[in-house]
Amino acid sequence: MDPLSTLWETFFDWDSMREALPDMLTVGLPNTLILAVSAALLGSLLGMLLAIAGISRSRWLRWPARVYTDIFRGLPAAATILLIGVGLAPLGMEVWGPNPYPLGILALSLIAAAYIGEIFRAGIQSVEAAQLEGARALGFSWGEAMRLVIVPQGVRRVLPAWVNQLIALIKDSSLVYFLGLLASQRELFRIGQDYAANTGNQSALLLAGLFYLALTVPLTHAVNWIDRRLRQGRAVTVDPDDDGGLAVAGQVALPPETAAPQREDQR
Amino acid sequence: MTTTTTGTTTSVSLGVRDVHLAFGANRVLRGAELDVARGATACVIGPSGSGKSTLLRTINRLIEPDSGDVLLDGRSVLRDDPDALRQRVGMVFQQFNLFPHMTVLRNITLALRKIRKLSEDEAMQVARTQLDLVGLAAKADSRPAHLSGGQQQRVAIARALALQPQVMLFDEATSALDPELVKGVLGVMADLSAAGMTMVVVTHEMGFAREVADMVAFMDHGVVLEAGEPAAIFESPEHPRLRRFLAQVL
Repeated sequence: MDPLSTLWETFFDWDSMREALPDMLTVGLPNTLILAVSAALLGSLLGMLLAIAGISRSRWLRWPARVYTDIFRGLPAAATILLIGVGLAPLGMEVWGPNPYPLGILALSLIAAAYIGEIFRAGIQSVEAAQLEGARALGFSWGEAMRLVIVPQGVRRVLPAWVNQLIALIKDSSLVYFLGLLASQRELFRIGQDYAANTGNQSALLLAGLFYLALTVPLTHAVNWIDRRLRQGRAVTVDPDDDGGLAVAGQVALPPETAAPQREDQR
Repeated sequence: MTTTTTGTTTSVSLGVRDVHLAFGANRVLRGAELDVARGATACVIGPSGSGKSTLLRTINRLIEPDSGDVLLDGRSVLRDDPDALRQRVGMVFQQFNLFPHMTVLRNITLALRKIRKLSEDEAMQVARTQLDLVGLAAKADSRPAHLSGGQQQRVAIARALALQPQVMLFDEATSALDPELVKGVLGVMADLSAAGMTMVVVTHEMGFAREVADMVAFMDHGVVLEAGEPAAIFESPEHPRLRRFLAQVL
């Protein structure tokens, strides 16, 4: 057999792929999605708390947020997953029994929170101070102004970066296999790896890779689409019918007897 | 008209007493005094950096004064809940400060629903009435970015009026507008003044100050140097600095 066809069979052996496909679809894909989606939700929630703490006026909120972010952004994901998954295993035992899956989600969430926190913080801080002033002037408290006016605008501005982080999460979920998953808990990568190890043929692993691409590539394009929409949404078009309000001033808004005094040109 | 523009609330008198404020070494307000009678319109004029906008912000306590007092109907507001105070004192900004992620209608209903706890329907009705008064009923469902500056500022005025304030503050409300859009906004402000709203208007529009204001206050270096009826201020200014300022702007 010539080297080229050996290479071909190592990666593109259809029979190996067909064999792995059912497990990929019914076990691997759901698990990858559960891991990524729950970590995205928990990570975004924690990230928002970190972002708010990070811009707080109190150093007792700001500093812990800073230290947290430095640690979880600075450690390799694999190290964090092992440290959390193994280190907290006794604690997890009490809560979930001998099941590494929740700790895997927790570890992924803690990592994602560090990045998402920075993304949200940048977005919130990019909102003009005048927006906060405008909201406060209407009688909203600082918290209400943040929740109703500032945070929604800030998050909107960083949606592309946030989706990028979801892509990273989908990929990082492949690291949870370190923690020793049950057969039914295996995600895409682990299933691919198992088949590859059993057969000595890498085709199942390549199939896992294709699954990841099927998840991440559409998201990448979603990022671009959102980005484009946000840019277009910010464009300003001036209303051609605008008369500067002259039609109403002194006429619609007031009965004749109280009409404003006639003014000379203000300019 | 008073009932439609200012709702059932009545205007109040406004007093600013010896207000001082420093940002670090920068003493922005150095004993500012201002008296605005109930239902009167005061225009505050003066050079850039004289503390006009800061004075306005101490009235609704967006900035807390270091010392001095702010009185509504003779009563100090410095010990009130600032959020409650700001519902009594409406403010309009140079840059409109509309919320760009909401429609015009929702910009107005937000505070009505979240603070006044009106139902969605009640809030919408109030908002539409206010929009109608500034001639923008047709723009209810537009985003602010799709409106001209003049339209945005009129929405901002409607948003403030929807809360039925007792005093309205205008911080250079027309300074960011293209010249052809200024008159419409000034017209709405003049209507409001004629309707009996107590107003403090920081402005560079000397024509408006002369024609609409009941009282004009000239600020320089953090104090009100001279105040009086528009005719007195513009025709027979006493303070040399006011004379110099008027010579430059008129």
